Order: sequence, then structure tokens, then C-alpha cells
Amino acid sequence: MTSTAAPADTAQGLTKLGGRPTLGRYLTQLWGRRHFAWELAYSRFRSQNEEDRLGIGWTVLGPLINAAVYGLIFGVIMSKGTRPGNFVPYLVTGVFIFQYFSSCLSGGAKAIVGNMGLVRSLHFPRAVLPISLVLQNAFALMPMMVVLAVIVVLTGEPVTLRWLLVPPALVLYSMFNLGISFIAARLTIHVRDLAQLIPFISRVLFYMSGVFFAVKLTVSNDSGKSRILATVMEYNPVHIYIQLVRHGLLTPTDAKERLSLEVTGQTWVMGAAWGAGLMLLGFLYFWLAEERYGRE
Amino acid sequence: MSEATKTVTPSASTAADKPRQKKKPTVIVDDVHVTYRVYASGRPAKEASFLRKRATSMRRLREVHAVRGISFTAHEGEAIGVIGANGSGKSTLLRTIAGLTPPTKGAVYAETEPTLLGVNAALINDLSGERNIVLGGLALGMSPEEVKEKYDAIAEFADIQDFLDLPMRTYSSGMSARLRFAIAASVTHRVLLIDEALAVGDAKFSRRSEERIRELRDQAGTVFLVSHSLKSVLDTCERALWIDKGILRLDGPSDEVVKAYQASVR
Repeated sequence: MTSTAAPADTAQGLTKLGGRPTLGRYLTQLWGRRHFAWELAYSRFRSQNEEDRLGIGWTVLGPLINAAVYGLIFGVIMSKGTRPGNFVPYLVTGVFIFQYFSSCLSGGAKAIVGNMGLVRSLHFPRAVLPISLVLQNAFALMPMMVVLAVIVVLTGEPVTLRWLLVPPALVLYSMFNLGISFIAARLTIHVRDLAQLIPFISRVLFYMSGVFFAVKLTVSNDSGKSRILATVMEYNPVHIYIQLVRHGLLTPTDAKERLSLEVTGQTWVMGAAWGAGLMLLGFLYFWLAEERYGRE
Repeated sequence: MSEATKTVTPSASTAADKPRQKKKPTVIVDDVHVTYRVYASGRPAKEASFLRKRATSMRRLREVHAVRGISFTAHEGEAIGVIGANGSGKSTLLRTIAGLTPPTKGAVYAETEPTLLGVNAALINDLSGERNIVLGGLALGMSPEEVKEKYDAIAEFADIQDFLDLPMRTYSSGMSARLRFAIAASVTHRVLLIDEALAVGDAKFSRRSEERIRELRDQAGTVFLVSHSLKSVLDTCERALWIDKGILRLDGPSDEVVKAYQASVR
């Protein structure tokens, strides 16, 4: 075996190891591991609260307590003018829908670095890990949506045909979250310290997404500075998805509520653009570093 | 570490190639060097290049030249034992052959990506043995039907039927090693790398795993076995590599290599 300065890509019919597969091949490999991604997500979802007495109940109970705390604080502190009439389902929708995003962000950051044992011992397309993380959180969202529907009905909201708009909104939102966890998974490989910043990023987005207030009622459009803030919040994808779900579940009864729940065709276009765009970008960004995961 | 950086060429590498020329090669290792960059404080070097300047001024960055120019060719139907003292670079070499650690210089060629079975190759500790069998099988590329088919055989081979419903973190090291081996060995690999993974098993298990290694080898695959048990190298492998301080000291029939290694230790 004579070695040259730059090793060839093949030798005696064998291929050189350690390269990144082409995009087409990668997608084929990924499709081959679809059962793995699904089983991993389901097993993790079933086991995450195994040691607690209430088990899976905590996936709903946690966010519910969260909503109660925010409701107690912001319902008392903030002026009536900033919140729409039926505040409870408005707030609970916001908290539940935001929860899906924040767990995909923080979980995505750990998707590779938290699974080093798996990554170091088995060959499989690493994109399986962020995908299965988003699936796992989607499983957790299901019982939350059931509880949310119950709360919406109990607080006097009518059941309408607009409920049918909720699943497509959640699909777009899941695509967006998948993009987010692809990006977070790769970034933490380069800079481990990023995981320390995630709670703060999450917090800022929480306040920017109109979880417990109506952006249209709170941020005025008059002065220059607050117009910028209003625009940023309006285009903020998490806010867009929260609004799309609210629009599907809640029915306005007066002008103020109509304004706070307003969704136009443009909102849907933006939701679709964010979802498809970030999913594609995130996937490409993740794939470009495929050969680096698990090696240090 | 000063003498570590000089390049050493392999002394005796092609001795074992001659009688096997007709067999098809499965792995070609071509002048592979592996260098680790490690912070002397014990914190591993990361990819954060913009932090590196500052970091080096505070923590000493040290280069460890773990593998220094190893070349050999492995063929179909060979079981190759890899022996050497602790820290001689055996595990690093295997991780490089598996395609999990990139060589700093040189290259590894193989048909498909070899499978590495190591001691710390963790499955998912919080999940039960039963879930780990299913997930491990799917991760290796089996279809759900294949997993169902092979499930009983894997559980039986690992001999943990009574503990399948318990989370893996409650398993003893021998039990989890058995389960890992059983899962990995359930698939026919072209190249299987075993790194000390059998050392923790009991006598009954090591006999069965040696049998399985022979079977895998007979299916025209290549098996690499890193072990400190010279007896198991002699029992399972007809060829052996002796790695010493990152270089290939000797490559040949396992009885000769083991003899030379033992002579050097005494």
C-alpha cells in the first residue's frame, strides 16, 4: 500500500470512509430509518415521566400549572384593556402552543450532544435524532390539545367548523419546530456553551409572542419605536402559529376580541413560509455537518 | 510528549498479506495517523475556533498522537485480534476503522461502514431491555418485521429474559454487554469491530460469543477483536496485530504475534 499526499476516494473497489453522503442518498437512508425515529420518539415519550406517580399526566399538568401561574400574575397586574374578553382559553392556548416550541428548541440543542452513546456506537443518519425529538414533543402535544379543547368548551366557546383549521396550523408549526431543532442540534456541536443561552432565548420569545396578551391591543402602532416592536411581534413565527390556533378555537364576540383574534390570508402565507423555509434550511444546515457528529 | 511527534513508519506490516492474496479485501487501512487535541485541564478540545485563542492562554492545549502511521489490509473471512498495552492506540484505531473518528492523515477504505461494538457503546439506559432490542435492531437498519422475527433469538442469546422489562440502567455491566453484543451480532456484518466488549461477560457467554464470532467470519465477513485476553485472541483469531505506542509492531499469525508480545512484556 503506497500512500500518496491526497488519498484517493476508492481503492481496490472499496470506498473511503468518513465522507458525507449525497443529499439524495441521505434522504434514502433517512427514509430507511423511519421506524427507528418513530419508535425512539414513542419510547422516550412513554418513559419520560415514568418515575413520577402521575406519569404521563405531567405532560398536561405541567403546562396547565404554568398557565395558572401566568394567569394569576398577569390577570391581576395587567390592565383589562390589554387582554381579550375570554382570557382563560386565550392564555391556555398561548401557553400550550408555546410549550411545543420551547421544548423543541431546548430538546433540539441536546439531540446530538445528549445522545453521544448512541451516535458513537451505531451508524445511522443523524437527522433521525432531531426528527424523533420533534415527534416526541408532538406526542406530548396531543393530550395537551385534548385538554385545551375541553377548557375551550367549558369556558363557553362554541364548537365551530373553524376547529378544522387547527390541524393544518399545527402541521406548519411542526415543520417550523423541526427546522429549529435541526439548527439547534448542529449549533451546540460547534459551541457547547450555547445550551446555556437557550433558556434566555426561549424567555425573550415568550414575551415577544403574545402568549398572555394581545399584541394588537398592547403594542400601539403610533410612535416609531413601538411600531418596530409591533412589526417584529407580528412577523414572529411563534406568534403567528399561536394566533392561527387561537383563530381556529376561539370565537370573538365583540370588536376588541375580533381585533385580538384577527387572522388574514397573509398570516397563513407567513405561517407556511416560515414552516417550509425553516424546515428546508435547517435540514440542509444539519446535513452539511453530518460527518462531524459524534467525533471529538 | 516531544518524541511523540516524529513520524514512525510501520516496521513489519505486510508479512501476513502473502498467503491471502487471492481473497477479496474488506478493509484497507492506509498510513493512518490520529491526533487528538486535548486541553490539559481535562476538558476536550471543541470546534469553537473563535474561543480557542483565549482558551489556550488559560488552559494548555496538548496534542496526543494516538495512532502514528498504521497500514494493513484485512480480507474476507478473517478474524483479526488486536493486542497491545493499555493506551497503545488500539481503541482509537478501531474507532477510525469504524469511520467514527476521522484520521488526521491517511485514509480507511471499506465496502460499507463497519460496525463497532465497544464497552461504552450505550444503548438507552432509561429504557427497558425490551425497548432497547427493538430500537437497536431498527437503528441497525432492520425492518419492524425482522426485529419481531429476531427478537426472541436476541433475548435468548443475551440470556436476560427475566430482566427484559427492567430499564437498562439497572443491569449489571455483564448483562448490558451481553445485550449489546446480542443485538449487534444479530445482523450479518461485512466488518464487525469488537472492542473489549466481551471482557465483562461470564464464562458461558464468552464461549457462545466466540462461537458467534466464528459464524460471522464464516459468512465471509471480517471480525476485529481488541482484547487483553490473549487466550480469546488465540481461540478466535488466526491473525493478530500488535500495536505499541501507536505503531504497528507486528502483523502475522496470531500464535507468533502473541508469543512475541508476551516475550516483550516479560
